[in-house]
Amino acid sequence: MSQSANNTAFVEFERVQKSYDGETLVVKDLNLSMPKGEFLTMLGPSGSGKTTCLMMLAGFETATHGQIRLGGTSINDIPPHKRGIGMVFQNYALFPHMTVAENLSFPLEVRKMGKAEREQKVMRALGMVQMQDFAGRRPAQLSGGQQQRIALSRALVFEPELVLMDEPLGALDKQLRETLQFEITNLAHQLGITVVYVTHDQTEALTMSDRVAVFNDGRIQQLAPPDELYEKPQNSFVAQFIGENNTLEGVVQEISADACIVRLDSGDIIDALPVNVSKVGDRTKVSIRPERVEYDKSRLRPGAHTLKAEVLEFIYMGDIFRTRLRVAGTDDFIIKTRNAPDQVRLTPGTQIEIGWLEKDCRALEA
Amino acid sequence: MKLTKAFMATTALTVAGTVVMAAGHMADQMTIVSWGGAYSASQQAAYHDPYMANTGVTIINDESSSEAVAKLRAMSEAGNITWDLVDVEAADAIRLCDEGLAMEIDADEVLAPGDDGSTATDDFGDMLVNDCFIPQIVFSTTFGYRTDMVPEGVAPPSGACDVFDQETYPGKRALNRNPVANMEWALLCDGVAYEDVYDLLETDEGQAQAFAKLDTIKDDTVWWTSAAEGVQLLADGEVFMGSTYNGRLFSAIVEQNQPIGMAWDWQMFDLDGWVIPDGLSDERLARVLDYVRFATDTQRLADQAKYISYGPARQSSAPLVSTHATLGIDMAPHMPTDPANAENTFVNNYTWWADYRDDLDAKFQSWLAQ
Amino acid sequence: MSEVMLAADGRPLKASLNRALRRQKLRALMLIAPLLIFIMLTFIIPIGQMLFRSVENQIVGDTIPRTVAALADWDAEAEPVPGEDVFSAFAKDMMVAVELKQHTRLGSRLNYEASGLSSLFRKSGRRVDDMGEGYADQFAAVDPAWADPATWVTLMAAPRWVERQAAWDGEGAEPKFILSASITDDLPQTASIYADFARVTQSEDEESPTEETPWNVVYLALFEDLTANPDVQIAGPVGDLVAATVPQLAAFTQEDIRAAFVAADDGWEETRVWKTIQTYSAPYTDGYFLNAIDLQKTPDGVAWQPENEQIYITLFLRTMMMSVLITVSCILLGYPVAWLLANLPARKANMLMILVLLPFWTSLLVRTSAWKVLLQQQGVINDTLVWFGLVADDNRLALINNATGTIIAMTHILLPFMILPLYSVLKTIPPSYLRAAKSLGATNWTAFWRVYFPQSVPGIGAGSILVFIIAIGYYITPEIVGGTKGVFISNRIAYHISTSLNWGLAAALGAILLAMVLLLYWAYDRIVGIDNVKLGG
Repeated sequence: MSQSANNTAFVEFERVQKSYDGETLVVKDLNLSMPKGEFLTMLGPSGSGKTTCLMMLAGFETATHGQIRLGGTSINDIPPHKRGIGMVFQNYALFPHMTVAENLSFPLEVRKMGKAEREQKVMRALGMVQMQDFAGRRPAQLSGGQQQRIALSRALVFEPELVLMDEPLGALDKQLRETLQFEITNLAHQLGITVVYVTHDQTEALTMSDRVAVFNDGRIQQLAPPDELYEKPQNSFVAQFIGENNTLEGVVQEISADACIVRLDSGDIIDALPVNVSKVGDRTKVSIRPERVEYDKSRLRPGAHTLKAEVLEFIYMGDIFRTRLRVAGTDDFIIKTRNAPDQVRLTPGTQIEIGWLEKDCRALEA
Repeated sequence: MKLTKAFMATTALTVAGTVVMAAGHMADQMTIVSWGGAYSASQQAAYHDPYMANTGVTIINDESSSEAVAKLRAMSEAGNITWDLVDVEAADAIRLCDEGLAMEIDADEVLAPGDDGSTATDDFGDMLVNDCFIPQIVFSTTFGYRTDMVPEGVAPPSGACDVFDQETYPGKRALNRNPVANMEWALLCDGVAYEDVYDLLETDEGQAQAFAKLDTIKDDTVWWTSAAEGVQLLADGEVFMGSTYNGRLFSAIVEQNQPIGMAWDWQMFDLDGWVIPDGLSDERLARVLDYVRFATDTQRLADQAKYISYGPARQSSAPLVSTHATLGIDMAPHMPTDPANAENTFVNNYTWWADYRDDLDAKFQSWLAQ
Repeated sequence: MSEVMLAADGRPLKASLNRALRRQKLRALMLIAPLLIFIMLTFIIPIGQMLFRSVENQIVGDTIPRTVAALADWDAEAEPVPGEDVFSAFAKDMMVAVELKQHTRLGSRLNYEASGLSSLFRKSGRRVDDMGEGYADQFAAVDPAWADPATWVTLMAAPRWVERQAAWDGEGAEPKFILSASITDDLPQTASIYADFARVTQSEDEESPTEETPWNVVYLALFEDLTANPDVQIAGPVGDLVAATVPQLAAFTQEDIRAAFVAADDGWEETRVWKTIQTYSAPYTDGYFLNAIDLQKTPDGVAWQPENEQIYITLFLRTMMMSVLITVSCILLGYPVAWLLANLPARKANMLMILVLLPFWTSLLVRTSAWKVLLQQQGVINDTLVWFGLVADDNRLALINNATGTIIAMTHILLPFMILPLYSVLKTIPPSYLRAAKSLGATNWTAFWRVYFPQSVPGIGAGSILVFIIAIGYYITPEIVGGTKGVFISNRIAYHISTSLNWGLAAALGAILLAMVLLLYWAYDRIVGIDNVKLGG
């Protein structure tokens, strides 16, 4: 299920701004459009505005400016309880004075649903998360993972078309988080619901989402599917925020449509793909993923520029090797190599030459 | 028995605790208990200040007279008397004397003779209601009314019986929250002759009659417990008329210019004076006796009347009563004993009340609470 | 597994552990010891004393022991007024009591049970030293030696006391009088009353029995003893005097003690008076507790007080009702404030908190008096209402000196006790619960009522318990603004403590109040659960 399947926007932010104090904007000119059935993650450091966007969508915060639309109609003036949006909170927000079944029954009761129907729906929702046996328990008697399952099924029990999740797995340990990530995406796809998911954990964002919106400083820095985000970061923030990355600084010396030559501050010359640079003399930060660095000359384009490097440290990490090099005046240039049978292990002190395909080295704005 | 005594002693200690704390006894120090307000001020000016100046003894004032009987009993049970001299009404003096909480004295030995040469016994005369009581003043419980609230075309109230006349004088009343005087007024104003009042009050029928009369104004009455409260209610215009002590009314009318008038008829005379707690050490007793001899001589008692309109208890002091200390007005017309103010009066029958107070208090308080 | 686990040094592991723990416990105990002692002295012991006083009744037996003994087998059915022996015993007891100034206290004590007894005791007290005077004169007429204190000392005192007394140089206190051993058998009544006489003379009057003629009632006792036992043998010259006097007794004019009492006050002919004394002669009594719930002990068992003296049940109920009203108004007024406090940004919340706490920094009397100024008929509130034309000038609202005044002033005073615990509980309820409820489709009201409110119940519970328990025992404010219809049971307790001096009844009322509070606490625990009370996070 991808955005191309459905072109009509289901959730839409149009020029949305938000300010709490009338002096600074927390959200600056947000534009976003989501088709039905998409799983979209808002990713960013804390204070980047992602949670505020979620709260505006849920109706707990009002937009200072701009329009938020759901299914084509503006919901700016609709109170939260009439928006029909399911929501899962980081601290679960299960009502402690009610049993699990009562918690699930609550949204149905306020919708004036009959008792029999309620019970049936509650059990079905519990079934979706394999928690039927816990209907009579109180939230305090459940583990964190169980509570989050209940919170999830409560957000789904009244069959909303849109579900918002605010860092729902933040408080769980790694193992459990991975299991639940899988369950949540599975459920979302099975039920065909649209999900807006907020997290600051990039792995979570990359593994779960159809698209990821990377937030920083109140703006969406890049909105793209996970692979594109990783492979083709639009700017140096995204490049650095997503995954591990080597950065070198320099000035554009030659430029064409699909390649450029950059003179680094150390004087070395390298090849790169111009992304955010336009003319000779632009300062740039070039970004290259550790796993795309080659030191086997045979795998490089003939005539490609190479850099001299000294091996400083070799770390064995099981599936990969991680090697730290001194390159062009920096001591923290990382390369990663797969632990393949024929893979050479570099020993500290060795002098090598490294290079890359120019499409893997992106010249971004300084 | 031992257990009881121990229990009593500690309970009494708890009750008297604050007093004990407050009044540590030092060499030249004396705690005198009185009523507070304008009355204490008059004693301070007439007695304490000159005495302290003469002798260097420090006098500490304690304003606990309204609870004197209870506190003295507590102190006596705790075996720690912290008071040296206590100002009480005659009826309380009788109670304290009967219970052995006050010391019996020989008036001629302890009190100075009058400056006209009469012995103390003769000079105080009937005011010496028992062996413990050292009389100071004659005061009266009488009525004040708001001059600005008298209905038009009606003569202002003249005395106690107008308090029951709701038709002529509508409005709220203020009365003392205890049976003394109220019971007498109820019967007097219900047509009972004064000679019969106390005999009648001894009977259930008489008590019922008095309560029935009081019932007619019960809903319109604010009951005060401290004299200052009674005056304040008048000063605020909260009540149309109310009973209180004549000296308090005097200071409200003359010193503070409140629109209040006096209604003297059927005022009740009463005595106020000192008792010495029983069980003082010889040293403390000697100090107190020296003070008492000074403070009750002819001149000193007359001096107090310069500050408050209460009559001195010595006959020999009467001719010395002159003018108000600061206002310079003649005090005589403001005295309860002035003939113009004393057409119908009666004297608090302390001995009768000493016998019947327990009884009537209980009934009066129950009546109030119902 | 029955084998005992041993520690490394071979001792049983349990014992070692206990020893280690005991030191810890001891240290903990030492830390709380000052508080514990303080609470014992200021709380537990006074409460114990209060409970004790509410049943303690030793004053009757201590003050009139002879009378109590003589009344023990008096049957009011057979004999409406007790016989001469009771009156005779009573005259002796009264004589001692009057000298010790205890009869008025006994009168006051018995007056709580039957009105009129206080005046009866006071009146008779003034007459009792004349009783038996006839016998004193007649004994003296037989032989003037009977009027000589020395005769009595020889007859009554133990020889060793006579020696010591003779050796006494007048400095310090006279040696305490000692009764001769044999005389108690020979002349029991006389010996007993003479011992009292000697004791009182020494302690109260600071005189010596060697110089004081005995009370008249001593002669009464002597007459009775000699009449009962004319053959009494007493050694020495005094014995001869006694022997010489006995034959003359027949010619004595007998004195009617009962008539003397009745002459003092004819109340002594009333069965109810004696029945009251008899009923209350036991050292412990439930009388105070009965009085505290408008009952009384009568010769025919427990009965209601006369209708015009029944006030305590009314007062207890009123205290409860008004405390509930005050608690409810505190909840209604305090909840929104606590909510605001918990949800405002910190700076504004602090300001508001200061406003809430402000009353705590003002003296209680000042606050209550301020309410007086505000609420009275010529006060600020009435003036404002009249100015706005909401109330007619001649029909101003009675907001003070009644129950309304008490409720208004006490709600104000106790409000912080509701707001503070409520606030600390509301603060722990995350706002996400309300958001969750709204996102699930609940309106603001439903979200509050179904989700927020139930979680704030522990705070309401804590606040209510605090407010209610403080209110139920409140005293100053009702006293000042309550008039007669707005006073609490505590005002009655204060009245009995400081004015009527009926400490036993005050103690019984206090004990009942305490029991009521404990009962409510227990009920609350059963219904709501005391762990559901939270004073904070």
